[in-house]
Amino acid sequence: MPIISRGFKGRRRDDAPRDRVPPGQYVTDDFPVLSAGPTPHTPLDQWDFTIVGEVDERRRWSWDELRALPSETITVDISCVTKWTKLDTVWEGVPVDTLLEGVETSAEYLTAFCDGGYTTNLPLADVTDGQAWVAYSYDGEPLEPEHGGAARLLVPHLYFWKSAKWVRGLRLTATDEPGFWESNGYHNYGDPWKEQRYWGD
Amino acid sequence: MWPETDRVKTLALDVADWPGHRAGQHVDVRLTADDGYQAQRSYSIASAAGGPRVELTVERIDDGEVSPYLTEEAHTGDRFELRGPVGGYFVWDPDPHGGVLLVGGGSGVVPLMAMIRQRAANHDAVPTRLLYSARSWEDVIYRDELERSRNHGEGLEIVFTLTREQPPGWTGYSRRVDRELLSEVAPTELALTFLCGPTPFVEAVAESLVGLGHAPSRIKIERFGPTGG
Amino acid sequence: MEALRLDGNAAAGLLSEVFVGEMTTAVGTCDGCGSAEPVGAVHVYLGAGTVLRCPHCEAVVMKVVSDGERIWMDLRGLRTLELVP
Repeated sequence: MPIISRGFKGRRRDDAPRDRVPPGQYVTDDFPVLSAGPTPHTPLDQWDFTIVGEVDERRRWSWDELRALPSETITVDISCVTKWTKLDTVWEGVPVDTLLEGVETSAEYLTAFCDGGYTTNLPLADVTDGQAWVAYSYDGEPLEPEHGGAARLLVPHLYFWKSAKWVRGLRLTATDEPGFWESNGYHNYGDPWKEQRYWGD
Repeated sequence: MWPETDRVKTLALDVADWPGHRAGQHVDVRLTADDGYQAQRSYSIASAAGGPRVELTVERIDDGEVSPYLTEEAHTGDRFELRGPVGGYFVWDPDPHGGVLLVGGGSGVVPLMAMIRQRAANHDAVPTRLLYSARSWEDVIYRDELERSRNHGEGLEIVFTLTREQPPGWTGYSRRVDRELLSEVAPTELALTFLCGPTPFVEAVAESLVGLGHAPSRIKIERFGPTGG
Repeated sequence: MEALRLDGNAAAGLLSEVFVGEMTTAVGTCDGCGSAEPVGAVHVYLGAGTVLRCPHCEAVVMKVVSDGERIWMDLRGLRTLELVP
């Protein structure tokens, strides 16, 4: 049993509607920065986003081409496996549905790959039908490098380690390939509403 | 508990079964709220080994999770969990075959103070110089003790640089630590450097030291993260 | 400049739950570039889990995840670890 420290509360908000807060999470007004490595700084003229792997043909967008695609501004709640949840975060980006338009594949999974080497795996069904974006703007401003800018994957219905920072593309795969954290203890799927934080949860 | 500056307090803890520690080590402090919410932070031990209590010096970070609790809410009788002491890499080495440079930025001075206290307790003779960068004279932690130490001789020299505000008549450094300042302050025959403070401070100083020709393998670093504390 | 970067010290407490003896003075050889450094000198990043990276090439040397009871470690990036238990 941990020792309770009298009077300690931390900096959480306790006024959030309970039905918006996944189990075991605490609401914060901050936007904590967590990182698995040094912040990449790819110049935009060298940046591209590609869809590769089990596809009929590779797709590629330069930064300008990605920015020219129709974008959406969305407001979503995000939950990090380290227990903080942030409500009503505003993002702008290109729906993954748009990027996958016309892509022919029999793959059921994908791996998002990123500058710096980070990867995360997802079922293809979890990034389609309006569930995922490649986001380049947060709260009305260009996404800062420490939060994943130039662009990050945004998959708000899963724990935020799946919203890969510094994303550079998706590799569609026939089999599920656990990514950076999924291969070392974090849950393969990561549904915050089922508290799927770790292996075996 | 007692204040060191407006934002900084030292807490003296009675720790059950404390195994003793080496100057420079730290502890991980974990706080649990009554609903089970937990937060954890690392704090360097400020006291030398062998004292009756474990002293931690904590800087209050505005909007911090743990430091406001420790510096403003906690009082005598309160309890929290510690893990440690840990960190055998960044510990006082009394025999490095040459001079030792201690460089601290803000609350980075805490483990260096443990080293200075240990050095005094041991009567170590190794020539040691502390370069301490603080925003102002009021922000200098352990100010009185450091002033007394520098007057005692015993091979310890202390150089302050006050980066934002200086008291009237100040003749010391008044800028951020840069290569030129380091070249003037680092002892000749420098054998070992301990460098501690907020990560941006530490990285700038480390780069300057290496640029001056000091071997990276003889610069021991403890980064405190983006905000220090 | 990496504001979030920490040192091996920052992982010392976590590693003390797994290893006997002082880990920050243990010397690890990076499987990426072959350089050897005390664990205290590696770069540590606190993300969803803890990542230790080689201070020379930034390759991942170790990943550690803990749920409070189980600890998972990926040590593939560590070619050799020399320690005195």
